[in-house]
Amino acid sequence: MDPITEGVIRAINLIVTGDREVFSIAALSLYISICSTLLACVWSIPVSAALALRSFLGKRTVKGLFNALIGIPTVALGLYMYLLLSRSGPLGYFQFLYTPNGIIIGQCILVTPIIVSFSTSALESVDPDLRMLARTLGASGYQVDAAVLREAFWGVTLAIVAAFNRAFAELGVAMMLGGNIRNLTRVLTTAIALETAKGEIALSIALSFILLGIVMSLSIAINLARRPS
Amino acid sequence: MSAIETLGLSKRYDSLQALDEVNVRAPSQQVTSVVGVNGSGKTTLLKILAGLELPSGGKVFVNRHEVGPDELRAHCTMVFQKSVMFSGTVYDNVAYGLRLNRSGSGDVRERVRSALALVNLEGFEKRKARRLSSGEQQRVALARALALEREVLLVDEPTANLDPANAMIIERAIKESAKSRIVVLSTHNLPQARRLSDRVIHLYRGRVVEEAEPSRFFTSPSDERTKLFIEGELQY
Repeated sequence: MDPITEGVIRAINLIVTGDREVFSIAALSLYISICSTLLACVWSIPVSAALALRSFLGKRTVKGLFNALIGIPTVALGLYMYLLLSRSGPLGYFQFLYTPNGIIIGQCILVTPIIVSFSTSALESVDPDLRMLARTLGASGYQVDAAVLREAFWGVTLAIVAAFNRAFAELGVAMMLGGNIRNLTRVLTTAIALETAKGEIALSIALSFILLGIVMSLSIAINLARRPS
Repeated sequence: MSAIETLGLSKRYDSLQALDEVNVRAPSQQVTSVVGVNGSGKTTLLKILAGLELPSGGKVFVNRHEVGPDELRAHCTMVFQKSVMFSGTVYDNVAYGLRLNRSGSGDVRERVRSALALVNLEGFEKRKARRLSSGEQQRVALARALALEREVLLVDEPTANLDPANAMIIERAIKESAKSRIVVLSTHNLPQARRLSDRVIHLYRGRVVEEAEPSRFFTSPSDERTKLFIEGELQY
């Protein structure tokens, strides 16, 4: 039997038997990525609402900046965040380096441009006449914004899902800020890299199956839930 | 009798004078039509009356009280030439303004039902609004405005590009709704203005050039530009 087939069979076995290590790594990955995505939403959605629905000086520059940051290399971001969070760095006091919280902060920053850019696009794609219509029907300024947000709901949801997928599947930030410490900061991507380097192909494949399974299931579920308006 | 009036209303966009010292009066229980070629200022006038745009000068009065944009929005509602639908059902669309006003659910249901009946859309409540034909969407837009039961209904080119059947339903609903409110209709469809109006105002390059009852407006207009407009020969 060739090593890949053998790896796949062992991977399926690990998943089916509920291997404790595999599932604890997957659970930690989910926890970190969900936290970082939700935390990033707290500021990213208001920022995208302001970019899409308000006029201010430098708006195009700010939008351009967020668009450019979508493709930031995770290793570079991980390095900058490492310098900030390391003991001698400006945020060293908080001792976030090599903790799940450190990875959460790094991933938060990583996914912010994705949520801001995609949500802004979704909000801008709502028919501008809808704002005027809502005004004539008695909506206040905030109610008009709420109406636009409601119309852009699925676009904003897709932005959040894209952000989650990016956080869940990235390696650089998790490796630089988490350090891949077993039972503490080891997530799916860092574990796959480590196990592959060690020659533990079966475990790597099992972990990659879970990684891909979660990313694809989420995207499929969102597409199924989305109903034409 | 209640009325909406303007006094010396002007609107300027950079170098374009869209409205110039416009004085008009639209009384209750009548359809007042504003006619004119494209770019004559009809839509601008309606948007100012709806409180959607600020005039560069002049005043607007409702029942002899001067009102600003916020108050105008409380008095008026507007149906646009291009119907815009919220996502969701026909019921959601017609109920939108009522829910903002915190009307009780029973009241909302009843007012949605009667507004939809007025535009012959009974039974359409659960249909997706954006999947309707453009004529049906325009009827939903009119029902949505009528459901609010505001004092002033502003209607901008409501039947442009609609088939005769939908246009007839909309015209009938406008005429019916005028029995209990002020209706200001903007149109360049002269037969429609003739059918619906109690008073016709001709706007030309942002100025009122003729104002008369339809019988006189269409048979013996006093202004040369109105005569040319009716004959379809007015240059713009």
